[in-house]
Amino acid sequence: MSHLVIKDLAYQYNGTKVLSGLSLNVKQDEIVCLLGASGCGKTTTLKAIAGILQPEQGYMSIDSNIVNDSGVFVAPQKRNIGMMFQDYALFPHLTVSDNIAFGLNTMSKEQKRERVNEMLTLVKLDGCAKRYPHQLSGGQQQRVAIARALAYKPSLLLLDEPFSNIDTQVRFELIADIRRIIKAQKVSAVFVTHSKEEAFAFADTLAVMHGGKIAQQGSAEQLFSQPNSKVVAEFLGTGIYLTAKALTATEYETVFGVVSSTNAGNHDCVQGQIYVRPHHIQLCKAENGDAQGLTILQRRFIGTRYVYRINIAGQELEVAAEQDHVFSVEQPVKIKIMPHTVNFFRD
Amino acid sequence: MHVKFSLSRWQLLAWLIGLLLVTPLGFLLFESLQGDSDVFQHLFDTVLWDYTRNTLLLILGVGLLSCVIALPLAWLTAYCDFPGRKQFEWALMLPLAMPTYLIAYVYTDLLDYAGPVQIALREWFGWQSPDDYWFFDIRTLTGAIVMIALVLYPYLFLIFKTALREQSFKLVQASQLMGLSPTQSFLRVSLPLGRGAIVAGITLISMEAMADFATVNYFAVSTLTTAVYDTWLGYYSLTAAAKISGIMLLILFLTIMVERFSRRNQAVYERQSSVNSATLYRLKGGAAWAASLACTVVLVLAFILPVGVLVKYAVVYADEAWNGAFFSYAWQSFKVAIVVSLVTILLSLLVLFYQRIAKHAYPLIPGRLASTGYALPGTVLAIAVLLPLTQLDDALNNWLEPFGLSPGLLLSGTLFAMIFAYVVRFYAIAHGALESSFLRISPSLDMASQSMGKGPLQTLRKVHLPLLKRGILTAGLLVFIECMKELPAALLLRPFNFETLATHVFQYVSDEQLELASISALLIVLVGLIPLYFVNRSMEQNYS
Repeated sequence: MSHLVIKDLAYQYNGTKVLSGLSLNVKQDEIVCLLGASGCGKTTTLKAIAGILQPEQGYMSIDSNIVNDSGVFVAPQKRNIGMMFQDYALFPHLTVSDNIAFGLNTMSKEQKRERVNEMLTLVKLDGCAKRYPHQLSGGQQQRVAIARALAYKPSLLLLDEPFSNIDTQVRFELIADIRRIIKAQKVSAVFVTHSKEEAFAFADTLAVMHGGKIAQQGSAEQLFSQPNSKVVAEFLGTGIYLTAKALTATEYETVFGVVSSTNAGNHDCVQGQIYVRPHHIQLCKAENGDAQGLTILQRRFIGTRYVYRINIAGQELEVAAEQDHVFSVEQPVKIKIMPHTVNFFRD
Repeated sequence: MHVKFSLSRWQLLAWLIGLLLVTPLGFLLFESLQGDSDVFQHLFDTVLWDYTRNTLLLILGVGLLSCVIALPLAWLTAYCDFPGRKQFEWALMLPLAMPTYLIAYVYTDLLDYAGPVQIALREWFGWQSPDDYWFFDIRTLTGAIVMIALVLYPYLFLIFKTALREQSFKLVQASQLMGLSPTQSFLRVSLPLGRGAIVAGITLISMEAMADFATVNYFAVSTLTTAVYDTWLGYYSLTAAAKISGIMLLILFLTIMVERFSRRNQAVYERQSSVNSATLYRLKGGAAWAASLACTVVLVLAFILPVGVLVKYAVVYADEAWNGAFFSYAWQSFKVAIVVSLVTILLSLLVLFYQRIAKHAYPLIPGRLASTGYALPGTVLAIAVLLPLTQLDDALNNWLEPFGLSPGLLLSGTLFAMIFAYVVRFYAIAHGALESSFLRISPSLDMASQSMGKGPLQTLRKVHLPLLKRGILTAGLLVFIECMKELPAALLLRPFNFETLATHVFQYVSDEQLELASISALLIVLVGLIPLYFVNRSMEQNYS
């Protein structure tokens, strides 16, 4: 049984459908990342889970308690949800310990103090109990925010782009830190971001959102190598589309020759497109007569080798050369597509 | 389900407040469209056109003169460096604290036949009587225009200066590189770019000029404001007063429309760059001293000289002015101002909290409705408040008559009317001040509080109120000050034998005995200086 279950959620704002037919499952202790471009409905989904906005329709249960269904809507303050905000939302008029104690509604004073101290130790801020938020660094504020959200043992933790205000140098260190804290507290979490690097580093499972619903949910590797749609394929990394015809279960004919796949599809003699990522393409010297009409547009040195910008079938892409050949700009070349798990989309 | 219920409770409350505070305006509009009244017909046949013309001339004159004073001074202090620039930047705001009737009184005293200026001239040239020379009469429409412009120009000065500061310096620098002199650059770049700000400033000044009662009354210049006053206190005709008020509402409405219309494309140009604090032109020699002199002359005429005269009165007549009456009037003003501050803060807090948590359509409307009273001139507002209150009083008396009770003018004849009118007029100030504090509280704090199990009321108490403390204090102070200064509404609505500081001072102005109320007058000026301190501080926060 999943911990958070959402079925067929719909929400519209000013007549525009923001969410429609959204379904999502989060298992116990799992960190799921809602990943998508801005405006795809990620934050709306998070707010609907929190109960801050009320969906038109849909079923939602947290820890087997129904919080949203036709005729049922549980107020946000009764859902026992922890939330971490993009701007941390620390109360500026309260000290660090008062912030952390804010959600401890039913505890005695003594219990509160104990719990606050426990949380401060967990997030390694033992000496900062009496400070105010403005006296802390960005990373420290973030750790207070996570401590506050976890202090009252919520049944679900929601994180709304919590890392976007952190400098890139320390961001991934912090992501690892927060992940460790969440895992230590054994809480399920839903995390929203538009950055796939953050998603890869933080989440157990990714759910790519597009057009108000989940396009695909799975592990990072799965989504990257076996996207079920063009949207997911493009969102997780660059690449180019090539017109292709499935010859056998593992061979596809393209203008650049036959591309073989390491997994078997079942698309005999079907027309479609394959999506090829740059690391599966290599540049080779064009011998007399077998040039494919490709030339180097630009050459860029990236430290250990060169990458070359070429135009393949009307799409520009940066690729590396076979055996680190060095080409010059405007030199004719040909490409070789390495065998890989081919993503084939039928027309 | 629970949330829905409590939300609609807030909604009901907010709408009730909005409707309550817009009631007087509603009654006024209704009454002014009613059938003819004899008094109004009579006025219409005789003097109404003159009154309307005087009002329009006054608005135009004050607007023009304010431009002449404020625009060059704003440009000088915003872009040029000259001796005393930093001090003039705030000092030129000071005249705002001066009620028009005080400056009018002081200049009348100085400039009339028995005043020091004419006496000196007569001694100098050996003139014997008024027939020997010509000297202008200040107690005219022109005189009123000059007096009012001298205290209202700072609005335009402030708004245009802010706009200049927010304009991109690069545009002015570019115009310099393209060979424009400072003056040309002012005329061809800064002025057109600041058009929206200028129109906004003039609109504000026009509204204030139209609302002015004390100066025109003192100078015996008949305008629509004095007509409203006289019609009510002279003929006791609320209907006629309401109709004249209707004309003023029309002028007000047209002014605001012009403002809106001229601003329709402005947003694009303004606020496109960060604020500049450095100056562009370093004035040298004669030009620098001329700039200082221009600022000094305006400052002396509009503030230093009148305050100096008041201080002189206060010193010379200290024994008469420093008396029990002063304390009792100050205390009465104080009481009214405190009550009004508390009520407006409470009402605006409720409305703003509803705005914040509203999930219904049109959450801003209750606040807008409640804020309309601010635009009404004091005399118009007084009539508007009297309309529903007298009807309520009548109904109350009719209803209680069978029981042998006759409460009299329980609402319209007591402090209730005055306090209600002040609340209607100054609600907008509290709302505006608190709204900006509310907006500074990140919405995620509300969500955080909610997610941690706190309902709306608990969120208001534990999160919003502590964070709004300064905003509440500021709002309360601003409303308090406005209440202390308010004159025309108080003159029309005060209960029998009730005086505020302002009505007390105005009484002595009318009786040509301001000397005897000079300490009260100085107190009003002093109180008026407080908001300028806030304006100045917020400017410094923004620009340094």
